[in-house]
Amino acid sequence: MEYDIIVIGGAAAGLTAALYSARQGMKTLVITKDIGGQALLTNEIQNYPGYDLVDGFSLLNKFREEAEAFGSEFLYDEVTSLKKENDKFILKTNDKEIISRAVILAFGKTPRDLNVPGETSFKGHGVSYCAICDGPLFRNRDVAVYGNGEHAIQAVIYLSSVVKKVYFITRAKKIIGDDELVSTLNSLKNVEIFKDSSLLSISGDTSVKSIKIKDNSSGIERDINTGAVFAEMGYIARTDFVKGIVKLNESNEIIVDSYCKTSEEGIFACGDVTNTPYKQVVISAGHGATAALSAYNYVQNKKGKVASKSDWKLVNTVKTK
Amino acid sequence: MESNMGKNNVRVLTDSTFDSFVRSPKLSVVDFWAAWCAPCRYLSPVVEELSSEYSDRANFGKLNVDENPSISTLLRIESIPTLLFFKNGKIVDVSIGVVPKEKLVQKIKSLA
Repeated sequence: MEYDIIVIGGAAAGLTAALYSARQGMKTLVITKDIGGQALLTNEIQNYPGYDLVDGFSLLNKFREEAEAFGSEFLYDEVTSLKKENDKFILKTNDKEIISRAVILAFGKTPRDLNVPGETSFKGHGVSYCAICDGPLFRNRDVAVYGNGEHAIQAVIYLSSVVKKVYFITRAKKIIGDDELVSTLNSLKNVEIFKDSSLLSISGDTSVKSIKIKDNSSGIERDINTGAVFAEMGYIARTDFVKGIVKLNESNEIIVDSYCKTSEEGIFACGDVTNTPYKQVVISAGHGATAALSAYNYVQNKKGKVASKSDWKLVNTVKTK
Repeated sequence: MESNMGKNNVRVLTDSTFDSFVRSPKLSVVDFWAAWCAPCRYLSPVVEELSSEYSDRANFGKLNVDENPSISTLLRIESIPTLLFFKNGKIVDVSIGVVPKEKLVQKIKSLA
């Protein structure tokens, strides 16, 4: 199988890149584990222009439909390796090998692990990385949230409305965040906050029963009975499989220029996986369009054809809904 | 928007119909989901596709954990989406979270 452009990742950046790429007549394939990425973790997106309020799934599913309508193909799998050979790229998935002239990296970010004993064995059995997905499964029970920052505060506030009690364990000495969020947090009766504290371990039988935490200034350890631990440690770019191929910054984000070009000719990147400063759906979408137009121009040059600067044309969809 | 039932081979299961469904000697794949879970809304259509493509190898069902708390509590469903694979009423495999369709195809092929 050979494509003009392969997009790795199926969320705001990748799906927009696929839409633009397919509209330019490029034979386009999206390889992705899922559709929506981090946008699936929110029930409400309030700042996507043109929509008053939309949930992440509906918005991103619409992106997918549009990309598909213009001819993008989809493969729901993981890319395990990427290498360049004679001006073309060879991508391997679990059981396929696919060739492409250009590649767009758009696989976003994934939640950072807790890195404590018990995390791996209780994944899906009390250890969760998605408060809005799994919170309601712990109705009438006590849960813990471990992490820092506004994402963590939002998770605590949300969980306090569905579970019995929330223990908020944070390494921060002071809760910092949006004033309104912090005052809401402080007003909640069923939340107990442990500042300047670290999570040491997670224990249980078939699911989580308790956690051990340590007060960092006094060194005192204590056990807390809880049915779940929600990880809110922020998000990281899992760029290991492109390390050594494209340049990364100190946060392992892919470094791109304003054309979304990476350090390797023919490889482009867009969205949260790059060093773009703001992580927003609308920014990722714009970034995806940039990457696709740059990739299109690159492929046209390689084919000895004329390139273009924009996508101001009417194109018929290949599929009718 | 994908509908929650019909137009495919996914049986809508409840606390009372679950047991007999998974008791089959044929492989049963059950999708545990809820309306508030966005990743479930991604995975459920994938299960629907699988149900039309692999109906010869497995029976496919879905159980709403909100409406059917007995079974979900009994099976300790603590993260959704969860897919459980059954044979003769026994769990033979588990898949938690959003996984690529290809991986599920491989599981079905190896278990069926």
